[in-house]
Amino acid sequence: MTVTYEEALQKYEPVFGLETHVELGTTTKMFCGCPTTFGAEPNSHVCPVCLGLPGSLPVTNRVAIEYTIKIGLALNCSIASWCRFARKNYFYPDMPKNFQISQYDEPLCVDGYLDVLVGGKTVRVGIERVHLEEDTGKSLHIGGATGRIQGADYSLVDYNRAGIPLVEIVTRPVPGTGYLAPEVARAYVTELRDLLRSLGVSDVRMEEGSLRADVNTSLSPRGSDVLGTRTETKNVNSLRSVERAVRSEVSRQAEVLGSGGRVIQETRHFHEDTGVTTSGRSKEEAQDYRYFPEPDLVPVAPPRDWVASIAASLPELPSARRARLMSAWSLSELEFEALRNAGALGVVEATVAAGASPADARKWWLGELARRANDMGIEVSALPITPADVARISELVAAGSLNDRLARQVIEGVLDEEGTPDEVVAARGLAVVSDDSALLSAIDEAIAANPDVVARIRDGKVQAAGVLVGAVMKATRGKADAARVRELIMDRLS
Amino acid sequence: MDELITMTAAELSAAMAAGEVSAADVTEAHLDRIAAVDDQVKAFLHVAANDARARAREVDARRKAGEPLAPLAGVPVAVKDLFTTVGMPTTCGSKILEGWRPPYESTITQRLRNAGAILIGKTNMDEFAMGSSTENSGYGPSHNPWDLAKVPGGSSGGSAAAVAAHMAPLALGTDTGGSIRQPAAVCGIVGTKPTYGGSSRYGVVAFASSLDTPGPLGRTVLDTALLHEVMSGHDPMDSTSIDAPVPPVVEAARHGDVAGLRIGVVSEFAGDGYQPGVMARFTEAVELLESLGAKVTEISCPHFKYALPAYYLIAPSEASSNLARFDGMRYGLRTGSGSAEEVMAATRETGFGAEVKRRIMLGTYALSSGYYDAYYGKAQQVRTLIIQDFDAAFGQVDVLVSPATPTTAFPIGERADDPMAMYLADLCTIPTDLAGNAAISVPCGLADEDGLPAGLQVMAPPLADDRLYRVAAAVEAAFNERWGHPLLAEARGLSAR
Repeated sequence: MTVTYEEALQKYEPVFGLETHVELGTTTKMFCGCPTTFGAEPNSHVCPVCLGLPGSLPVTNRVAIEYTIKIGLALNCSIASWCRFARKNYFYPDMPKNFQISQYDEPLCVDGYLDVLVGGKTVRVGIERVHLEEDTGKSLHIGGATGRIQGADYSLVDYNRAGIPLVEIVTRPVPGTGYLAPEVARAYVTELRDLLRSLGVSDVRMEEGSLRADVNTSLSPRGSDVLGTRTETKNVNSLRSVERAVRSEVSRQAEVLGSGGRVIQETRHFHEDTGVTTSGRSKEEAQDYRYFPEPDLVPVAPPRDWVASIAASLPELPSARRARLMSAWSLSELEFEALRNAGALGVVEATVAAGASPADARKWWLGELARRANDMGIEVSALPITPADVARISELVAAGSLNDRLARQVIEGVLDEEGTPDEVVAARGLAVVSDDSALLSAIDEAIAANPDVVARIRDGKVQAAGVLVGAVMKATRGKADAARVRELIMDRLS
Repeated sequence: MDELITMTAAELSAAMAAGEVSAADVTEAHLDRIAAVDDQVKAFLHVAANDARARAREVDARRKAGEPLAPLAGVPVAVKDLFTTVGMPTTCGSKILEGWRPPYESTITQRLRNAGAILIGKTNMDEFAMGSSTENSGYGPSHNPWDLAKVPGGSSGGSAAAVAAHMAPLALGTDTGGSIRQPAAVCGIVGTKPTYGGSSRYGVVAFASSLDTPGPLGRTVLDTALLHEVMSGHDPMDSTSIDAPVPPVVEAARHGDVAGLRIGVVSEFAGDGYQPGVMARFTEAVELLESLGAKVTEISCPHFKYALPAYYLIAPSEASSNLARFDGMRYGLRTGSGSAEEVMAATRETGFGAEVKRRIMLGTYALSSGYYDAYYGKAQQVRTLIIQDFDAAFGQVDVLVSPATPTTAFPIGERADDPMAMYLADLCTIPTDLAGNAAISVPCGLADEDGLPAGLQVMAPPLADDRLYRVAAAVEAAFNERWGHPLLAEARGLSAR
C-alpha cells in the first residue's frame, strides 16, 4: 500500500538536511594551475598534480580560500584562524590519488545560518560547516543498464574535473517545517544558489553539475523530538528534484515505518525520470575513510585583516536585497518570486535605476521581454536590449509618444539591432499621432460611419466609445494615443 | 682514466674549469667504472650512458664558448630512483612502476641539470624507500663495495654504493628515517639529511610526506656541501618548502672549525645493540672534537627512546595513503582482470613487495576509525615531545652528536626476515626525521671487529645545516691528517682506488 505524502505528514514530522557541493568559479584548479573551463576535450586540462602522478605535490589556490571565506561570511559563519586539509582515503578509478584532499574536523568556516522565506514565513537554516575540497574526475560507464560501474562493459575516466575546487556546505538538521519541508529544502537551495551567484564565486549551473545536493531525510513520530534514522539521497541535480526527493523519501520512509519496518541508514539515488529514490550503498557497510591531516600542505591560517577586508567587500546579499526591493517596489512575496524566478531582478533594478517606474519595468521584463527571451531560448538578461533602452521606452510611453503596441514594435526593432529606441522610432516612423487636428478628421469619419454607436453613447453607454476608438486606431494604423482619442471623441459628442 | 674516478667533485670541477680535462672524459671514466664493477655492486637500476655523454658534450661546448658555468657543471651525479626524470625510467625500486617513464622532471634534478651536472643514472633502493639495506628492492639488493657480502645500507643504498665504489663522485638520496645517513655511514662516505623543507620534494615519489627529505651523498664533506647547495632552496611547487636562504654550507665545509663550539653527546644512543667497535670509533671522534677546542657535554633526550615506535606509526600511515595511487589504472603495472576493484587488488598484490605491504597494512590499521587516537594521534604527540627534547638540547649546545648507526654493515640476508632487527638500523637517525631538523653522517674510522666503516652523526637545529658541515669538515680534516689519507683509501674490495 502506498502512503501518500499527506498521510505521512499525519503521523510523522519530517526532518531534512542538505550537503551542497558547489564548484568554485576560480580560473585554475584547487591545487595546480590547470584551467577549470567546462566542456573541454577529455583529459586535456590535466597535469602531473591533478593526475596525482607519483612525486607530484599540491599547492593551495589562494583565490579558492578567499571564495570559501566569502561564502562562509555570507552564511554568517565564523572563519577559522587556523585549519588544515585532510586526506579522505578510498579507492575509486576517478580519484587520481585514491584519496581526496578535503577537510575533516578542521573546516574553514563553521556555525552559520541562512534565512529562507517560504509562505511568508522566515525559516532559519543552520549551517554546520563550509569546507573546501578537490573534485574527482568523471567516470563514464559504457554498457550495462544503470549507467553505474556495476555491470558496465568498460569505463572511461575524464580527469578534467579532477582538482576543481569544490565547496561543501552542510546544514544542521532542519526540524519543524512540517508539510512545507520539501518547499523549504528547495527554497534553501534556491537561496543558496542566488547567494553564491551574488558573491561571484560560482556560476552555479546545476545542469553542468557545478551545484550538486545530497539530501538527508528522516522522520520523527509526531510529538516526539527523537530524530529518526536518516537516509542520504544523492544525485539531486535540480531545484525541483530537491523538493521531489524530500517528498518522495518522506512517503517512502512513512511506508516502511507504517508496515512495521525500520529505515536503514543508507545512500539512496534519486531518479529524475520517476521522481523516486532507490537504495544505494548501505552506510552500515560504509568504508572507513581514514582521515588524517594532509602532510603535503601547510595549514591555512587566514590573517584576520584579510578576512575583515573580504567581509568589507561583500556585495548586498539576496535576503537584504529581497527585503529592500519588496519594500521599495511594494511587492508581495509572490511578485518578488516571479521576478526572481524569471531571472529578471537585476535587469528590472537597472531599469528602475535608469528612470522607469518599478511597475513599468516589471511589466516589460516579465511580459513582452520574457516572451521574447523564451522564444529565443535565452535568459532575459541575455537579450540584446539594455535596461536603459527599456527605461527610455517606458518614458516614451509615459509621455504619450508611444502606446503599448508601438512600444512592442520599438522593442522588436531594438532586439533586431536596428538601434536605440529613439533611432527605431525615427526609422520606423512609430511616433504616436498626437496632433489633434490630424485625429479629428478620423474621429469625425468614425462618428459618421457609426450612428448607432453614437446613439448608444449619448444614451449613457460610455463604454461603447471603444468601438469608435478602435476605428480611429485602425484608421491611423495604431499610431494614435488611444486615451487622447477617447477624450476627443467624448468632447465631440458632449 | 682511472685517476678521474678517484678525484673529488671539487677537484674535477677545478680541473674542468682549468681546461685540463673535459666533461666528456670525466663522464666516460665514470661510465667505464660502472661497466667494470656494477655487475658486482649492482648500484644502478638504469645507466643513462648516451644521455650523459650528450649532456657532457653540451657542457664542454658551453665552456668552450666561454659561458659561465656552475661549480658542478660536468660532474656526474647518480640519482636515487625515486626522483622523477624525463628520459629515464623511475621505478622507486618497485615492480609496480617497472618501465614507468615520468612525463615531468623533479625540481632537484632540474636544478642539477640547469647547473650542468651530468645525471649518470638511477640508483637502486629499498622499494619506495622502505628499508635499511636495499634488500627490499624489487630488483635485487645492491652490495657494499667494502665487502660484497654485506649490505650497503638503505634505502639510498644504491646511491651510497655508487659513490663509495667511485662510479660517481656524488649522488642524490632521500632520508625519511635515516635513508641517507645510514647507508653513507656503512659505506664510509658523507651523507646529509637537510632541514625538512630545505630541499624540494616536488618530483620525489613520496614514502612519508612529513618526513621525506632529499639530500646529498659524497666522498668528501666539501663535495657533499656543493651538491647540498645546488639542490636546495625554496620551491613554489612544494608547499612545505621553506622560503629562506640556503644556509652557507659550502662556506662552512671550507672552514671546518669547532673551537668554542658546544657539542652535546646524546646519552640515549648507547648500550645494548650498539657494536663495541662502532662505539669505540664514536668515542674517539668525540675526543678528537674536544682536542680541537669543542666544549663537549652529555645531553639527555628522554623521549628519543619512543622515536622508533612513533616513526613506525607515522611513516606507514602516510605511506598507506601515498601508495594508494598505485592501482594499475593510469600508469605502471596492471595485472588481473574483471572489475576495476579486482584489477586494483591484483596489481597491488603482484606489484608490491612484502615490506611495502606490511607497512601499508600497519598504516591502514593505525589510521582506522577507532584506532586513530591511540596510534597515529599518540605518535604525533610523541613527535612533539621529541621536538621539545631537541629544542631543550639546542638551548644548551650548538650541535648534538651520536653514532650514525648502531652497527657496521650487516651481511646480506641476515636481517631480511626480521623486520624489527632491520628497523633498529635507524635507531639513531629517526629522531632527526621526526623533528625535521638537519643531520650529517661523516666517516669516523673502521670498527675493530670487522674493519668496516662507522659514521659520526652530527645534528643541528632547523636551518642550521651549515653547522653540520663546519663540524664534519673539522672531523674529516683531523682524521685525514691522523690516518694520512681519506678513509676510503683503506677500503678493501671495490671501494679501493
